[in-house]
Amino acid sequence: MSVLKPVSYTNDPEITSEIIELHGLSEEEYNEIVSLLGRTPTFTELGIYSVMWSEHASYKNSILQLKTLPRSGGRLLVSAGEENAGLVDIGDGLAVAFKIESHNHPSAVEPFQGAATGVGGILRDVFTMGARPIAALNSLRFGPPENSRVRFLLDEVVRGIAHYGNCFGVPTVGGEIYFEESYQGNPLVNAMAVGLVEHDKVMHAAASGEGNPVIYVGARTGRDGIHGATFASEELSEESEQRKSNVQVGDPFTEKLLLEATLELAGKEALVGIQDMGAAGLTCSSCEMAAAGEVGMILNLDKVPVRETGMTPYEIMLSESQERMLLVAKRGHEDEIFEIFNRWDLEAVEVGVVTGDGRLKLQKDGKLLCDIPAHSLALGGGAPVYKRETVEPEYIVTSNAPTPLNEPTDFTAATLQLLARPNIASRRHVFRQYDHMVRTNTRVLPGEGDAAVVRVPGTKKGLGIATDCNARFVYLNPRQGAAMAVAEATRNVACSGATPIGITNCLNFGNPYKPEVYWTFTEAIAGMGEACRVLETPVTGGNVSFYNESPTGAVYPSPVIGAVGLIEDVEKSVGMAFKKEGQAIFLIGSDQVSWAASEWQIMNNGKPSGRLPELDLNLEKRLQQLLIQGINKEMIQCAHDLAEGGLVVALCEMAIADRDNPMGALLEFEEEISPLHLFGEGPSRAVVAVDVNSIDEFELLAEKLDVPCKWIGTTGGKGIGFRQIFSVSIEDIRANHENGLAAALGIETA
Amino acid sequence: MTIYVEILPKEGILDPKGRTVKNALHQLDFPMVSNVLVGKLIQLEIESENVDEAVRLAEQMADKLLHNSNVEQYRVVPVEGVSK
Repeated sequence: MSVLKPVSYTNDPEITSEIIELHGLSEEEYNEIVSLLGRTPTFTELGIYSVMWSEHASYKNSILQLKTLPRSGGRLLVSAGEENAGLVDIGDGLAVAFKIESHNHPSAVEPFQGAATGVGGILRDVFTMGARPIAALNSLRFGPPENSRVRFLLDEVVRGIAHYGNCFGVPTVGGEIYFEESYQGNPLVNAMAVGLVEHDKVMHAAASGEGNPVIYVGARTGRDGIHGATFASEELSEESEQRKSNVQVGDPFTEKLLLEATLELAGKEALVGIQDMGAAGLTCSSCEMAAAGEVGMILNLDKVPVRETGMTPYEIMLSESQERMLLVAKRGHEDEIFEIFNRWDLEAVEVGVVTGDGRLKLQKDGKLLCDIPAHSLALGGGAPVYKRETVEPEYIVTSNAPTPLNEPTDFTAATLQLLARPNIASRRHVFRQYDHMVRTNTRVLPGEGDAAVVRVPGTKKGLGIATDCNARFVYLNPRQGAAMAVAEATRNVACSGATPIGITNCLNFGNPYKPEVYWTFTEAIAGMGEACRVLETPVTGGNVSFYNESPTGAVYPSPVIGAVGLIEDVEKSVGMAFKKEGQAIFLIGSDQVSWAASEWQIMNNGKPSGRLPELDLNLEKRLQQLLIQGINKEMIQCAHDLAEGGLVVALCEMAIADRDNPMGALLEFEEEISPLHLFGEGPSRAVVAVDVNSIDEFELLAEKLDVPCKWIGTTGGKGIGFRQIFSVSIEDIRANHENGLAAALGIETA
Repeated sequence: MTIYVEILPKEGILDPKGRTVKNALHQLDFPMVSNVLVGKLIQLEIESENVDEAVRLAEQMADKLLHNSNVEQYRVVPVEGVSK
C-alpha cells in the first residue's frame, strides 16, 4: 500500500531554522514534531503546530497548575476545559454557561476592533454550547489616566465593547476598570459572557461518526489575524506595532444571525458537534473536535468560502476571521442544516468528512498538504506540557516591609479625595455608553450594586454576576491576593442575595519564562484553589494570558475572577443604595484592616507596600452566608462590600447609589475610631442596612453564623456624618464621586 | 486650496458596510456589482498656494488623525474648481 505524503503548496517557504523560530517553536518542540510525523513538516503543518502549541491554545505552561484548581462538583455539569465554556445547573432544567477571556494584545494594537472582537469571541463561546447570552461584563486595566495614549485606548476599547455588545443585543451589565502604572503599554481587556441553556439542548464540541459531513458556517475567511494565537503568546514590543494586520474586524450583525441559526440547531438530531472558530480558527476547531471525539477529519480547502483570491492553505487554516463556526452533522441531514443557515442569510458549506483514522488531513487543488494526528495537536493530547522554573521575586520581601505613611487627619477632606480617585470614582461615564437594559431582564443595574442581577426568563430566579481582582493585593502577596480576589468576587455576588455557584478566571500574567513571573503565577493559583475549595465555588473554566509585558516590565499579576450566583426569588435581590430612613447600619465580618495596598497608601506612597491583613476564608464563607440568608429573609435592605477606600467610602457610595433618591447616614461608633478603621482596607467585610423590626432577628442570625456584627449608625439625612468629627454632604459626595473619572481623563462634564 | 482625503477599508480587511450595500444592490437587480467598499471622503481647505505642499500636509494629517492605519488606507487628491 502506498502512503501518500503531504507536499508543500505553491510558493510555500522552505522550513528553515529561521522560519521555525518565527513561528515561536523551540528547537525541542520542532524535533518533537518531526518525530511525531516521522518526517519534516510542510509549511502548512508547521503553521498548524505553531498555533496549536502556542500558550493560547495549548496552555502548555499553565495546565499543570490549572489542574490543581477545583474543577468539578457542586452544580457543575461539565468539568473545566471540556467544552467552550463552563456549564452550571440552576434547576428547572436550566443551566448557565459562562466564561471570561482576554483580548489584551489585539486591544493594545487596535483597541476598537480588539475589544469588539473580544466580546464577539466570548459570546460565541457561550452560544456554541447552545446557550443564549443574557449578559456581558468586562474587566479593563489601563495605565495612568493622565496619559494621552491611555485616554485614547480607554475611549476606543469602551466604544468597541459598546459597538459589539449593543449591536448584537446583549446587555453589558457590569465589570471593572483599574488604572495602574503597570498596565501602561499593555492594557488588559477581559470580556465575560453569561448565557442560559436548557439541559437537553446543550451542544458539544466533539466530532463523531465516520463519514459524517463537516460543515463550515458563517462569515467568509479572509487574511485577518493570521497568527493571532502566537501573537498573543509574545511580549508586546515596537515590532508588534508593525504587525497590525493581525487584528480582525468584527461584525456584530453577522454574529447575531449566527447566534439565531446556531440556537435553532440545539436539540436537533441533525447536529453531532459544533465549535466556534476563535483563535487559530479552522485549525483549532477542526483538530479539537476531532481529538475530543477520537476521530479524524479530512477537509477540502477548495470548498472553504474565502473573501480574497489566492489564499494559501496556510492562510486559510490560520485565519482568525470572525463570526465563523465549524460543525459536524449527521450524514443525510445536512440539508436541514443548510436550510437553517441559508434562512438566516449565512453561508453553510460542506468542507470535509469525519474519518476513522484520527488524522487531520487537508487537501487543496487535489494535493494533500497536511496529514497529522489530530490528537498530537490538542491540549491533553500531544501538545507539550511544561513546568517552569520559579523564583520568589526580590520585591516581595522589600515591599512587604512596613513603610512610613501619613495617616489622614482631616477625615472630611480625606473622604472627598478618595471618592474622586480614578480607581474609586463612579464608572458612569463608561457604562452609560453600554446598553445595559436590552432584553429588559436586568434588575440591578451598573452602579446600583456590587453585582449585576439579571432575571432568568420564564422563572422567578435571578443570577448575580460580578468580576473582581484587586491586583495591588496580588502584587504584594500573590497567594493571598488571588484568594482575596475570589473572596471579593463571590462576596459581591452574595451582596446581591445570590449564592455563588461557580467562578471563571482570566489569568493575566507576564512572561512565564521569567522565573519571578512564574512564581507569582503558581502562588496565585494556589491561593485561588484554597479560596474556591472553602467557598465551594468550582472553577468552571477560563483563560490564561501570559506575556503581558511592556518595555517597562510585567503587569501586576492580575487573576481576574468572574463569579456567578443564583437567587431563587429575583425580587428579593438587593442593591447597595440606602432606601429608607431610620434603618440600622451594621458593619459585618472581619475586623482585620491595614493600610497595605489601600487606596490611601497608594495615594500617598505611589506603590503598594506593607503586609496584607489576614484573610480567614472560613469567616468569609460565614459572612457570605449571613448576607445571603439576611437578604433572602428580607432583613437586609441593602448591602455593600468594603473595598477600595474602606468603610467611609463604602458608606458614601451607598448614600448616592440611588441617583434619584440619595440618602445619608448618621454614624455612631461605640468604640474609639481610628483613621485605619475608617479608611483602611481588609477582606471579608460588608456594610448592610437592616429594617428596625428585623434588628433582633438579624443579630441572632449573625451570632448563629458566628459573624462579628457591629451597629455603626442609622440611615437618613443629607450626608454622612459622625458627631463633630467629620461630615460630608450628598452634594460633595456626588461632585467628587461622579466627576472623578471624567476629571482624571480630562473630559469636560456639563 | 481644496484637498480630498479619500479613505477606504484596507485591502483584505472585512468591510461589513460594503458587504451590506453589495447584498442590497444584488437584491435591487444589480447583480453585476462584484464588490463594494464603503469609506469616507474628507474635504480640507488648506491655505497654501503650492499643491505639493498642501498634499504633503494633508498626508501628515491623514497619518496622524484622519485615518486608522490598522484598518484603513487613504489617498490624497487635490481638487480643482471646488468652492468653499
